[in-house]
Amino acid sequence: MIEGAKWRRWVFFYIPLGVFVFVLLFPFYWMMVTTVRPDNELYRPWMAPNYTPFWTMHPTLDHIKYLLGETLFSTWMLNTLIISTVATAISLFCGLLAGYALSRLKFPFAGSLGTGIFITYLVPQTLLFIPLADIIRNFHLGDTPWALILTYPTFLIPFCTWLLMGYFKAIPKELEECARIDGATRWKAMVYIIFPVAVPGILSAGIFAFTLSWNEFIYALVFLSSPAEKTVPVGVTSELIRGDVFFWGPLMAGALLGSIPVALIYSFFVEHYVAGLTGSVKG
Amino acid sequence: MYDEVHAVKDVNLEIRDKEFLVLVGPSGCGKTTTLRMVAGLESITSGEVVIGNRVVNELPPMDRDIAMVFQNYALYPHMSVYDNMAFGLKMRKFDRAEIGKRVREAAEILGIEGYLKRKPRQLSGGQRQRVALGRAIVRHPQVFLFDEPLSNLDAKLRVQMRVELKKIHNRLSTTAIYVTHDQVEAMTLGDRVVVMKDGVVQQVGEPLELYNAPVNRFVAGFIGSPAMNFATVRVTDANGVMRADNAGFGIEVAPELAPRLLPYAGRDITMGIRPEDLRVANGSDPAGLCFDAVVEVVERLGSETLLDLQVGAQTMVAAVEPAVRAQHGDKLRLALRADRLHFFDMTSEAAV
Repeated sequence: MIEGAKWRRWVFFYIPLGVFVFVLLFPFYWMMVTTVRPDNELYRPWMAPNYTPFWTMHPTLDHIKYLLGETLFSTWMLNTLIISTVATAISLFCGLLAGYALSRLKFPFAGSLGTGIFITYLVPQTLLFIPLADIIRNFHLGDTPWALILTYPTFLIPFCTWLLMGYFKAIPKELEECARIDGATRWKAMVYIIFPVAVPGILSAGIFAFTLSWNEFIYALVFLSSPAEKTVPVGVTSELIRGDVFFWGPLMAGALLGSIPVALIYSFFVEHYVAGLTGSVKG
Repeated sequence: MYDEVHAVKDVNLEIRDKEFLVLVGPSGCGKTTTLRMVAGLESITSGEVVIGNRVVNELPPMDRDIAMVFQNYALYPHMSVYDNMAFGLKMRKFDRAEIGKRVREAAEILGIEGYLKRKPRQLSGGQRQRVALGRAIVRHPQVFLFDEPLSNLDAKLRVQMRVELKKIHNRLSTTAIYVTHDQVEAMTLGDRVVVMKDGVVQQVGEPLELYNAPVNRFVAGFIGSPAMNFATVRVTDANGVMRADNAGFGIEVAPELAPRLLPYAGRDITMGIRPEDLRVANGSDPAGLCFDAVVEVVERLGSETLLDLQVGAQTMVAAVEPAVRAQHGDKLRLALRADRLHFFDMTSEAAV
């Protein structure tokens, strides 16, 4: 790995890596500790003699019980899951076909069309939600899951298209030409040869798209208003921060439970997903 | 949007049934484009491609009854060797028994029966090459197309596969078009060889025809290794005896070549002589065919010795007997075979 003396390896490798891992994981640790910390410890002043910010001696499940029993958290989870899954599926489908077409088919303006799609991805959502709100209202979709299922693809499709376009370009075109000489139509060559080879790329596009829609905040905040329709990020922040009162325990419990599905998906596909990012096609 | 690029111009070839035709030329000469046009992977602005008796210009690749082997093998990485070979047959809706029979038959010819269950990435370069060949063989196509199939192999394996390709072709006797930039492959494999340059066919002929009677300077320099020596010489007519001279040497042209050189009397011309047609002079060589040279570099190949020579202002290569003991700086007297001289027009570069 790294040649040289032991101290060198510590100074240039283990210590920086340790610091990096610590910085990344500390918020999660804080989230977990806060979730199981009883209220009397949470609101204890920092100069109190028994102030222990980094651990607790009296772990409790009260906050989780409150979150699941007294709020609509499970409804929010279900809403988020449905919206994210459907939005991801739509975006992946369109992204696959668009990415294939832009990387493989020769047609006029293919290059500028690709750039155009990328530019739409660069338009900030914080600007785009204003005209989109108008459209949502005109179609009477406000306060329904459709408001998000149909607006998330506006940034997910460009994202998927670009990621997959790059991936398709890395696949040697001879594979496809060979399939077409072998007797496959362009469509069959795409379905039987190109898509199976592109599975790592498709998986990473899917995982990213799912995560982006799972964490999406501003559209969900603007387009949904009744508590029963909300998604996890919006539900937790709007229902557990009342005025200037922060219900830290349930808030952190919500954040913790809300991040579990994404963490599960990531760890399940991690190998493919890394291959997708580094774009390796073994021939 | 798209500039019309004519990678290939006026290629007019008739390939005989069961013939092994090789397209050879430097990179970018249009040989691969020609092959891809036959395959249907490249569109044709004008003219016709006919396979058998069918004009196939408008047919998609799948309907042309061809099989192609690519330089990078293009094996489907997610399929086993068996499935790679079976894919074309499955697409054409052959029944399972027939597919199995044909795949095993091809695997046997190529000696890859043991690897049928493996994935391409578990194979060596030579094995992948065989699978790619097998995928073409199982189809029993009318025409095989080879696009530099051996250039990704190491030198030793390349020679071995070259021989095997020839054997396979003899056994299957199917028409084949083979593209390569390697003139040795072209000479050894081809029943006929097409030399191309800048999208234009230079010469079509049997290997020895190209070697013995190249139609222009390009073909002369491209075919043969080491390459032919060229020198600019002035032709003079000395009372019926044609002479070719320059600052470094002067020779008498054989009487049978003389009539062809007559129109060039008093003008410059390009003379070509192959390294293997030069040898160290002995006393019996006529003085008119000998010249002096200084040895620059000696390359001993075992079967022959290559001498890089300085002849006047120019360099030449001679392939001589390994017994010749020459060293850097030695002065040698060389003789050339008068009947093996080639002459090319200075401007048109066509053979005279």
